[in-house]
Amino acid sequence: MATRGFFGRRPADDAAKRLPPGQYLERGFPVLSAGPTPHVDMASWTFTLKVGPRPVKKWTWGQFTALPRTAIHKDIHCVTKWTKLDTDWDGVSVDAILADAGVTPPTPWLLAHSFDGYTTNVPYKDVAGDMGIVATSYDGAPISPDHGGPARLLVPHLYFWKSAKWINGLQFTERDEPGFWELRGYHIYGDPWREQRFTGDP
Amino acid sequence: MTQAEVLPPRLVWQEAEVRRIVQQTPTVKSFFLAPPAWHGFVAGQHIDVRLTAPDGYQAQRSYSIGSPPEAAEVELVIERLSTGEVSPFFHEVVQVGDMIEMRGPIGGHFDWQASDGGPVLLIGGGSGVVPLVSMLRHRAAAAPDVKMGLVYSARRFEDVIFRDELLARAAAEPDFALHLALTREAAPVAGHRHGRIDRAFIAEALAGLGAPPKLCFVCGATAFVEVASMFLVEIGVPFAAIRTERYGGTPAEDPIKADVAPEE
Repeated sequence: MATRGFFGRRPADDAAKRLPPGQYLERGFPVLSAGPTPHVDMASWTFTLKVGPRPVKKWTWGQFTALPRTAIHKDIHCVTKWTKLDTDWDGVSVDAILADAGVTPPTPWLLAHSFDGYTTNVPYKDVAGDMGIVATSYDGAPISPDHGGPARLLVPHLYFWKSAKWINGLQFTERDEPGFWELRGYHIYGDPWREQRFTGDP
Repeated sequence: MTQAEVLPPRLVWQEAEVRRIVQQTPTVKSFFLAPPAWHGFVAGQHIDVRLTAPDGYQAQRSYSIGSPPEAAEVELVIERLSTGEVSPFFHEVVQVGDMIEMRGPIGGHFDWQASDGGPVLLIGGGSGVVPLVSMLRHRAAAAPDVKMGLVYSARRFEDVIFRDELLARAAAEPDFALHLALTREAAPVAGHRHGRIDRAFIAEALAGLGAPPKLCFVCGATAFVEVASMFLVEIGVPFAAIRTERYGGTPAEDPIKADVAPEE
């Protein structure tokens, strides 16, 4: 049913086609986080790959950034309704991390961990190939702390809370483990095109 | 109530009648909604609003709830920004009796209930004060012995949302302290600050709580929240005790509660 007196302001057709349902076009780059911005010291930065509780391999910043790199040019969609078109990222693909550790995916589920204690779950299939990277660069420059630097997960085809800021590890889990926001009413998978914002959205 | 009891298994869209509209400041109005299927919420949570044009085009925005869980109606507090798509509609078009589609409550982190205890420091910038006022009102109704302080930065005295209520609460409630900071003029009431918040101002508010804060809630525009939460960390408040909500969107957009939901 139409809302009385509402006509709205539509984006241009080319942009409109790229906006998932309920999203609006954002030209800036909003910052959203659940707590203060952590300022992570590069000298003590590490990234740990775990299978269940067991650490499999740990990288320093130098070791990690020496891994083969993947560039991603995609639109990103925040569950808070903004969509930003044509963002450029560069980093290390999850597959490159697994290859360096000599690990084949032991389970279908990953849980990303961050320096601030944040977690979020992503199926491995959603980061396979070049679908998901641990990004260390945005728009040709190091990622600033407020946008998740020095490194953040990037899974652009899912709502942006899945792209964990300040990432410090990936963990294969025995089942699909809900993370921070998934435990607080947000959707377990989070596909923007199916508008899976909240728990129970189809 | 725990979060699991508050959040229904699925958040369904429902049409809520606008029961009352109150002008709060020259640029801010409250809209009191009566959703037919509403099972309560936790102070600090928000709802999503969905507007539909005659041709089916839809716009969604998130807005914080300013009313406490004890209130019969859900109070949305919306600041009008002239270039926005949704806030001018609310300010210029919406009337009492209109039906607005909404769903919620949403959010399970930036929230406070009596069982969370205190002391609690609230820090709000501009309309970022809205979810904090819900917490203050809930405290007064459910746990008036919990020590709570509100640091509130606004441009001018006339821009202080819920000004009379906040001043009255500060006078009447012994365990609530108000620390106003007006950036563009001196406050015409004693004991408040002319200027931006700084570390000393926040440290003073913290000291007034009499004990280390159990929780701090910071809400407002991104730059405000970054600075205020950094002050808290520098003063020594544990990282895990600080919860933030940053307004998303560019300044030209609606002052939506984009911060209420996660990006990470």
